[in-house]
Amino acid sequence: MYIYMCRKGLMAGLVFDERLLELEKLGVSEEEMTLLERCRRGSKEAFEVIVKRYMKDAYFVALGLVGNRDDALELSQEAFVRAYSNIDRLNSKWGFYPWFYQILRNLCFSHLRKRKVRGNQYIEDTVGDDFRDESDGFAPEAVAERNENKDRVWKAIGKLGEKHREVIILRHFQNLSYEQIAKNLFCSKGTVMSRLYHARKKLKGLLDSEKGGQHE
Amino acid sequence: MSCQEYKELMMGYLDSELDEGQRERLEQHLVDCPECYRELEEFRKLKDITDDVSLAEPEDRLWEQYWGSVYNRVERGIGWVLFSAAGILLLIYGGFKWIEEIIRDETVGLLLKAGLLVLIAGAAVLFVSVLRERLYIRKRDRYKDVRR
Repeated sequence: MYIYMCRKGLMAGLVFDERLLELEKLGVSEEEMTLLERCRRGSKEAFEVIVKRYMKDAYFVALGLVGNRDDALELSQEAFVRAYSNIDRLNSKWGFYPWFYQILRNLCFSHLRKRKVRGNQYIEDTVGDDFRDESDGFAPEAVAERNENKDRVWKAIGKLGEKHREVIILRHFQNLSYEQIAKNLFCSKGTVMSRLYHARKKLKGLLDSEKGGQHE
Repeated sequence: MSCQEYKELMMGYLDSELDEGQRERLEQHLVDCPECYRELEEFRKLKDITDDVSLAEPEDRLWEQYWGSVYNRVERGIGWVLFSAAGILLLIYGGFKWIEEIIRDETVGLLLKAGLLVLIAGAAVLFVSVLRERLYIRKRDRYKDVRR
């Protein structure tokens, strides 16, 4: 009986170690798992720890995607609220952030689409189709230590399509590795590299065309 | 490997994300292909100017008040759910009582009572039908998780 219990204890230890190793591989700490379990049971204190841990990432990602501070604050907070009300759907072995990131990006993209429709409507009604500028919602104040060059790059980023802008934001402003970007976007590292190539090519094209326009 | 594939590898090269083998293959290709080498240099310049841009830090006040705002929203959300649920329950109860009163009222004509009952039956059939259709589609729609 004693041997059986020891063996059972050893087995449980091994299973536990394997689980820890698996979590470690996915970049999820045991502490975060515990916090998420507590959130699931309705603990607001645990959720407070999660919010405070990720609020800066959430705000800056939203700022990069939508381009102005008020919207970024509003959308990042709304994403946390939605995450809390849907916390039961989270598979905690993947960790909080990649799942939360999906909520945040969907909110930001949906906000951008609405803004585009509203903006297009306004421009069509007032000055006509030729003056449409995709980067209209990108406030230059969002950039630190502004100068003409930085404003130009920021404006060009604002003109990129959603997926291209997203990968630029994650790489350049969030300083994420390809592996982290792939984890957040639920894709492979190869896809990240390819998307980054097309995004940078497009960005370069936009900057060149603007430079050309300035020289004319 | 084609030039296009090497061009995608260039991103990993610039961001120090390639393994030894990939890096060596790309470097060899760059020696043989001046076109790709030129493009790499252009991307390097672009990376430098993009890295130079950083987002402005908001005031500390924003971080201090952040959790408070999220908490208030969560609380208000729960409040709204309770308020809406109670409102719906009260409406159903009130409606039921109102209909019961009309049915029991002997001064109300039979035709009106019958019309009311048929109206309720019709609404119930419509509700069940729509609900069943929604559930059926939800169960079988292979694209329900695709973001539109």
